[in-house]
Amino acid sequence: MTQKAKAVAIQKEYAKKSQIKEIWRRMKKNKLAMIGLAIFCILVAMSLSADLIADYQESAIKQAGSIRLQPPSWEHYFGTDQYGRDLLARMVHGSRVSLSIGFFTTGISLLIGGILGAMTGYYGGIFDEIVMRLMDILLSIPSILLAIAIVSAMRPSLLNLLIAITISQIPGFTRIVRSTVLTVVGEDYIEAARACGSKDFRIITNDVLPNAIGPIIVQGTMSVAKMILLGAGLSFIGLGIQPPQPEWGYMLSEAREYMRDYPYLVVIPGIAIAISVFSINLIGDGLRDALDPRLKN
Amino acid sequence: MNMPLIQTKNLKKYFRTQKGDLHAVDNVNIDINKGKTLGVVGESGCGKSTLGRVILRLLEPTFGEVIYNGNDIIHLNQKQMNNIRQKMQIIFQDPYASLNPRMTVSEIIAEPIKVCKIIKDKEELNQRVFDLMKIVGLDYRFINTYPHEMDGGRRQRIGIARALALNPEFIVCDEPVSALDVSIQAQILNLMMDLQEDHGLTYMFITHDLSVVKHISDEIMVMYLGQCVEKAPSEELFANPLHPYTQALLDAIPIASLKERDKLRKIIKGEVTSPINPKPGCRFASRCFHVTAECKNDGLGLVEVSQGHYVSCILHK
Repeated sequence: MTQKAKAVAIQKEYAKKSQIKEIWRRMKKNKLAMIGLAIFCILVAMSLSADLIADYQESAIKQAGSIRLQPPSWEHYFGTDQYGRDLLARMVHGSRVSLSIGFFTTGISLLIGGILGAMTGYYGGIFDEIVMRLMDILLSIPSILLAIAIVSAMRPSLLNLLIAITISQIPGFTRIVRSTVLTVVGEDYIEAARACGSKDFRIITNDVLPNAIGPIIVQGTMSVAKMILLGAGLSFIGLGIQPPQPEWGYMLSEAREYMRDYPYLVVIPGIAIAISVFSINLIGDGLRDALDPRLKN
Repeated sequence: MNMPLIQTKNLKKYFRTQKGDLHAVDNVNIDINKGKTLGVVGESGCGKSTLGRVILRLLEPTFGEVIYNGNDIIHLNQKQMNNIRQKMQIIFQDPYASLNPRMTVSEIIAEPIKVCKIIKDKEELNQRVFDLMKIVGLDYRFINTYPHEMDGGRRQRIGIARALALNPEFIVCDEPVSALDVSIQAQILNLMMDLQEDHGLTYMFITHDLSVVKHISDEIMVMYLGQCVEKAPSEELFANPLHPYTQALLDAIPIASLKERDKLRKIIKGEVTSPINPKPGCRFASRCFHVTAECKNDGLGLVEVSQGHYVSCILHK
């Protein structure tokens, strides 16, 4: 066998499995993560097919005084609310708004906070000082107040709500990413990468971020839940979703007056929020473990 | 005259601290000829590693020149420096910390080649990785394992393969064996000496272990608090140490013999004085057995006492 043929043979024998396949293989072994993923897929499917489950105008928006506050029955699986709207329809349609608030805001603030955090942690110096002091200013204002200020300065709407929540979450992500990057930057393998001439961008994407990903994922998944609740809070004081548009958090706050006599009014959207948060956290934990080759088994 | 491959002139690295300047490397002149090994010894914190990093420009020097093949590399811009970096590599002390835990062995070894864009063809790159693994004595079956799955000796072999990937001429070895146990140490040292022979490598070997340095070096430099206190060919230094610090260091090597057990050793006492704003005069004076009033005076420098043997001590002026 020639040298080349031999190398090809060896290469085949020890062919590297694709990174994504490897991660998926490790993820599949984690039962809890797969349960989370299944629940999450159902939630997404539900919000995508909301129009098939219930008509938006007819069931979720139109008020019907004759059937207000009915308990769950075969007619209305989850009962009806104080305006006679079907709770199942409102929950299904509300999932669109709630889930997109959770993911959109987390995604954007993670992206911006991640870039800022990676750069401040990696470069340090005066740039770090300036950015982090700005973040401290943002952090010193409670996130709900900050979001209120931003929304009321603009105009209450879904887009402005998303922007406001996103801005209020950036400092948290910047801090988390910066601190994990700081622990990684001192390692020898960063210096080794530098010694062979890697550019900063390559070092950050190849060496720094993959080793800092754990805490970032955990923070990210927890934040999805926080964002849904923050969005609900803002909708409640009239700065986000405008009624009668359904949204889980707003449904929850709307129903609080009837909580004593009609507990299912708060239980249904509450469970919806809890389940989505729970499934996302499970996925996040599984993903963190699957991404770390040191935990491979 | 033979041109040294790597040379430093009055190299200084000061770290600014709140109390003043920390003199990590102070006026160090080295020159290493091609294919030779300079051993750098000294206790922890004497600036050995800093010296190595300054030479590779992983740290920027405060003052002085680093001359590689006749060119001063301190003022090169990043692009020019990257060409030089291919010729100068480093092997790290801790094989656990110096390998990215998220990369497989082949990715780690291929990384420098990819960064410098030497080989673009994927098959050729794989071939090169195989060759490198063979050179450092790593079995092919480890190609897709992660560093945490391997023992210290194998990890250090990966580190060596990574350093060799760019076909360097000069390698700074920053205590490459001090984290390994003795049997593995010998293996790695032999590997490094073989590589030197086969590839004509030039080493700067940083260590605190004198028995290791004797094994591998042609010339030895003893550092104390950022300064070179004695420099001599390896055998000359062990046979005829002149600086009291070198004498104490050599005296501290354990000897596996019952007869030597009761021998009175010259153990140096006290702590290393602070490297922050050091006083003029000999920096070893506060711990020296032969200290005199004159030692506090400035103006001490390396003096050649015999062919190639330099020492910086009042006793040998």
